[in-house]
Amino acid sequence: MKALILVGGFGTRLRPLTLTLPKPLVEFANKPMILHQIEALVKVGVTDVVLAVNYKPEVMVAVLKKYEEKFGITITFSVEEEPLGTAGPLALARNILAKDDTPFFVLNADVTCEYPFEQLLEFHQAHGAEGTILATKVEEPSKYGVIVTEPNSSLIKCFVEKPVEFVGNRINAGIYVFNVKVLDRIQLRPTSIEKEVFPELAEQRQLHTFDLSGYWMDVGQPKDFLAGTALYLSSLAKNNPTLLTSPQGNHFVVGGNVLIHPSAKIGQNCKIGPNVTIGPNAVISDGVRLSKCVIMEDVTIKPNAFVRNSIIGWHSTIGAWARVDGVSVLGDDVHVADEIYVNGASVLPHKSITSNVTEPKIVM
Amino acid sequence: MNKAVILVGGPSRATRFRPLSMNMPQPLFPVGGKPIIWHQVSKIASVPGIQEILLLGVFEEHVFQTFLDQCSTEYPHITFKYLREYALLGTAGGLHHFRDLIKRGNPKNIFLLYTDICSSFPLEELLEKHEKSNSMGTIMVKKVPKSDLSKFGYVVPDAENNMALHYVEKPETYISDLVSTGVYVFTPKIFDLIAELIEKRSSELSSLSKKAFRAEFSESHDFLRLEQDVLQYMASHNLLSIFITCDFWRQIKSAASAVSANAEYLMQAKKNSESYITCQNSQGPTIIGAVYIHPSATVDPSAKIGPNVSIHARANIGAGVRVKNSIVLDNVSISDNAIVINAIVGWSSKIGQWARVEGSPCTAQNENTVEYSSPNAFSICILGQDTIVRNESFVRSCIVLPHKEITHDHHNLILM
Repeated sequence: MKALILVGGFGTRLRPLTLTLPKPLVEFANKPMILHQIEALVKVGVTDVVLAVNYKPEVMVAVLKKYEEKFGITITFSVEEEPLGTAGPLALARNILAKDDTPFFVLNADVTCEYPFEQLLEFHQAHGAEGTILATKVEEPSKYGVIVTEPNSSLIKCFVEKPVEFVGNRINAGIYVFNVKVLDRIQLRPTSIEKEVFPELAEQRQLHTFDLSGYWMDVGQPKDFLAGTALYLSSLAKNNPTLLTSPQGNHFVVGGNVLIHPSAKIGQNCKIGPNVTIGPNAVISDGVRLSKCVIMEDVTIKPNAFVRNSIIGWHSTIGAWARVDGVSVLGDDVHVADEIYVNGASVLPHKSITSNVTEPKIVM
Repeated sequence: MNKAVILVGGPSRATRFRPLSMNMPQPLFPVGGKPIIWHQVSKIASVPGIQEILLLGVFEEHVFQTFLDQCSTEYPHITFKYLREYALLGTAGGLHHFRDLIKRGNPKNIFLLYTDICSSFPLEELLEKHEKSNSMGTIMVKKVPKSDLSKFGYVVPDAENNMALHYVEKPETYISDLVSTGVYVFTPKIFDLIAELIEKRSSELSSLSKKAFRAEFSESHDFLRLEQDVLQYMASHNLLSIFITCDFWRQIKSAASAVSANAEYLMQAKKNSESYITCQNSQGPTIIGAVYIHPSATVDPSAKIGPNVSIHARANIGAGVRVKNSIVLDNVSISDNAIVINAIVGWSSKIGQWARVEGSPCTAQNENTVEYSSPNAFSICILGQDTIVRNESFVRSCIVLPHKEITHDHHNLILM
């Protein structure tokens, strides 16, 4: 089986992290984002993965080479000369996607969920139509494109973009499965899958929807990256609790949902949680408080510091008694001096912060 | 024989010192580990020939009783008395009212000091200059930047910087860069001058019709201001000599300014190796710069304290706590890993774990010009008595009135 992952461009929404690593390689819960997806695809029997990208950084080629070997799959970069939208890349990768008659998956690289590919595929094959859209239910459908189905059916009738009146709360979760036949409908030109391909499929009664159970989040920007991490950790707590750090025997864990890499060191009298991930070789000193945050590889948090609702990039240090809060995102190798307060700052790589940042701003 | 009078003011004058003055009269508020007024008393007490120190103000009598009892024990050779003003007579009017008490025993010189100032009080040098000049009074003045106009009383000196030519209170245009420090020494002859000026003013007022008088002046006939009415007269009549100090001096008007006064006094005390300054020892907390820790306070060895920190009686400072440039008052408890910077933590307040209480550093520009009506104007963070700051909360540049519980992060607010 085959899958295409829509990676796209430079991941500017997730800067300053994506100034250091291409977005698919930024660790989400201590694992590159794309690896979460590849693992789930491999599990359902996918052997060919196409990455639809606008540019092809060397570092990404090297990492994905390793995944090819590890999982025994083929990963192909499909590089767009010009942006082809969300459907064009399917045409560009036609030779791979159409190499056999099995259906193929399409997913947006920014989406995190439990990736129920097996159920999705089973459902898709059962209804026999050309495509299936994974749908998630949201609280405020007026911000999205809403899927409207035939009464008591999974068959999609139409889409309503940002509905003023309530027509339902199912939205496109950014994950699809298609029969090869769909490729005949897509030209090699900039095309929107949502606005051009789906309405046509719906009109011809060829598109069904499958409800996603569990969480869903587009983690393309820092605030959502943190929220998505929390959702992912909650899901782990339910489905795979042994991967998390147990509050039993670890007095520093509060509120659960704490994922600590085995190589990280935790000091005395810390309080960590809920919703915290700590990356490899991170050093958390004595008396540190961490909540709702992401601590990346090789970060050092000095004694008595406080980090909340923030992302601390690779190799950074947070000074003693410093306080980092308010969706701050520190890039690679950022140093916050002792006792400093940082609120909502986006700090570009290799910067030192030596005076308080009290209001959200970008530190160049 | 010499005497001193300290003008302590009254409760209504200390509104700028809120919320701290809601619990304690400003002169008794501790800076550098000791009450504001103690620094004046101790400097006066060391001047040779001082036999009596009088406090003059409109507070009730009992307010200063305990303090004066302690002073009597500390300085047994000096008599201490509190003189309570009942009517609003102005500074000079008040002195006039108590003239017999002040002049009793024929003092040769009488020091006069306001209490809301922080200084090294070089009184012996002031006295030396005064006696040499043979004038009726000598005013201690200090050079300030020209931008500080209209905050102080200004003295125009003669060419030799010897006598004052002119005195003006809070001028709108630049006239001089020498300001009155609120520290003076006078010969008892000043009482004759005050009496004369009161008599003159009283007869001027009586010549007005009663109705006009009531409309224009609510004060009594004895009302006389020291600065505008007496010093200005003395300057223009060649009766006032000047002594210029280059030592530290600042006003303690707003509550925020207590933090810089605290720093000045602690640094001074450390320089003089005063025994009450806390030294680093191997079992104790990390001490940086000048720090005062009351013997009854407990501070965890993993805490880091200083510079410029006073920690008062029975305060409890937990593990991994950081305190910097702050005053922590009696019975305060600061829980583990909390941090306090540029703040005053009021009596019996409780600060939770990983909480942060932080003001911005006080500068000469902002410390006395706090506009309580406009946000963003606060510098120092001030917690009134019995404030509770919950675990992990952050209070930044706020003024918190007594008995409040802080459960969220706040900044640049007055919390009523």
